[in-house]
Amino acid sequence: MIRHLISAGDLSLDEALLILDTADELDQIAERPVKKLPTLRGRTVVNLFFEDSTRTRISFEAAAKRLSADVINFSAKGSSVAKGESLKDTALTLQAMGADAVVIRHGASGAPHRLAGWVRGSVVNAGDGAHEHPTQALLDAFTMRRRLGRLEGLRVSIVGDVLHSRVARSNVLLLSTLGAEVTLVAPPTLLPVAVGSWPCSVGYDLDAALPKADVVMMLRVQQERMNAAYFPTVREYSRRYGLDASRMALLPEHGIVMHPGPMNRGVEIAAEVADSVRSTIVEQVANGVSVRMAVLYLLLGGSGAQA
Amino acid sequence: MVHAADQAARGEPRRGDREPARAVFEPEEIRRALTRIAHEILERTNGGDDVVLLGIPTRGVPLAHRLAERLEQVEGRPVPAGSLDITMFRDDLRLRPARALGHTEVPAAGVDGRIVVLVDDVLYSGRTVRAALDALGELGRPRAVQLAVLVDRGHRELPIRADYVGKNLPTSQRETVRVLLTEVDGEDAVLLSAVPLSTGPLTTGPLTTGPLTTGPLTTGQEGS
Repeated sequence: MIRHLISAGDLSLDEALLILDTADELDQIAERPVKKLPTLRGRTVVNLFFEDSTRTRISFEAAAKRLSADVINFSAKGSSVAKGESLKDTALTLQAMGADAVVIRHGASGAPHRLAGWVRGSVVNAGDGAHEHPTQALLDAFTMRRRLGRLEGLRVSIVGDVLHSRVARSNVLLLSTLGAEVTLVAPPTLLPVAVGSWPCSVGYDLDAALPKADVVMMLRVQQERMNAAYFPTVREYSRRYGLDASRMALLPEHGIVMHPGPMNRGVEIAAEVADSVRSTIVEQVANGVSVRMAVLYLLLGGSGAQA
Repeated sequence: MVHAADQAARGEPRRGDREPARAVFEPEEIRRALTRIAHEILERTNGGDDVVLLGIPTRGVPLAHRLAERLEQVEGRPVPAGSLDITMFRDDLRLRPARALGHTEVPAAGVDGRIVVLVDDVLYSGRTVRAALDALGELGRPRAVQLAVLVDRGHRELPIRADYVGKNLPTSQRETVRVLLTEVDGEDAVLLSAVPLSTGPLTTGPLTTGPLTTGPLTTGQEGS
């Protein structure tokens, strides 16, 4: 097993499947009266969050606690970072406190990669800038496999603000490793320049993509990262790239709707779609805990020796 | 009875990693041993009332189901059987890379107030059973817990004994006992070879091909 989880692209097919299979077993724990395993007793997991997050931080915290690890939550607000401490100094402080794993969310792409060079423990990327969010991709793949029974040959359309999305990149990399066919659907202004080199196809017409999609994943329009006009108005974006009930009807009968959250209801996804039986949005959150337990177990549970 | 010393006396090679393993338990003997254990379980539990069989992966699971079949044949009513993965409860997790988990499947009746019979292929150090008792404690509170094993090869490191034993097989710690079952391996056999899988009682164990083995492979050291 790899020592850090920085990019979904670092995972081989066997490693990705091992994580998903492990998560499948750990998912049973959620239904037991005692939701606890002794496996990581005495290990310390630090949640180092430089950006706001609700579900990811809570999900990692629940995962670590269900494995009996000690959890230290660190958010940049109210810490020495507000006084100007650098990432490296923060990292060395954590190192001195004996962190066995650091779960980091940072606004700068590449921050987890830098951190991995400074600390002895494992580093788990919980989202870095517009770069990657590998555990989100893993829980998305897990949810797809649960709902549809397979991943190989699955046709997945990822729709919306790909440019600012770390979820999109991680999903493209992971799903192509797992044998799914990914299509990105977005206005040209919201696609990254190098998208041609990604292992996926690209389209601009949502209505044409939907009938062929087993899974449609709606991305949040990240207005807080938009420093220019990427589309004329929110209303126009919503009309062309938003998923409403009539568009959802274009999906094949078994097709599912996913969203990594948090949602802008009425922008990229209509409320009636988000709350429909085809939506997996609440399941994704529940599955996130199991998948993150699997990642923490596989990174920290063993000797850490490279074989 | 097969000892490493016996092999040496017969002039068989004791070292070398290509040494063939020898069958010490014929398929017919495995069948008879399980039938006998099934009858012993019925005797000791007043006809199998409230019995739940839980196999420890990998090979304890098919053994538990075989026992359940026999209990049903004799008593004419179904006996629940399932599996109990103990990986997360092992005491040697940190000595090896993280390994894949087995499957836990508790019969719908649950374990509370029942007599749980744990089933495994080989009883060796007793550490797997210790872990199984911890894992079981997370699932509920059985009225009693018993242990059935196909082979007891000795060398206990913990105060644990089996209630039902298919065969006592005196071994040297340098030897390896492998149980093969039709459901997993395509044939029934118990093999003894003089080649240790690796050294040291704690680091020995599942014959893995690396940390990414997706299922525990055969092992003579208990605890696959």
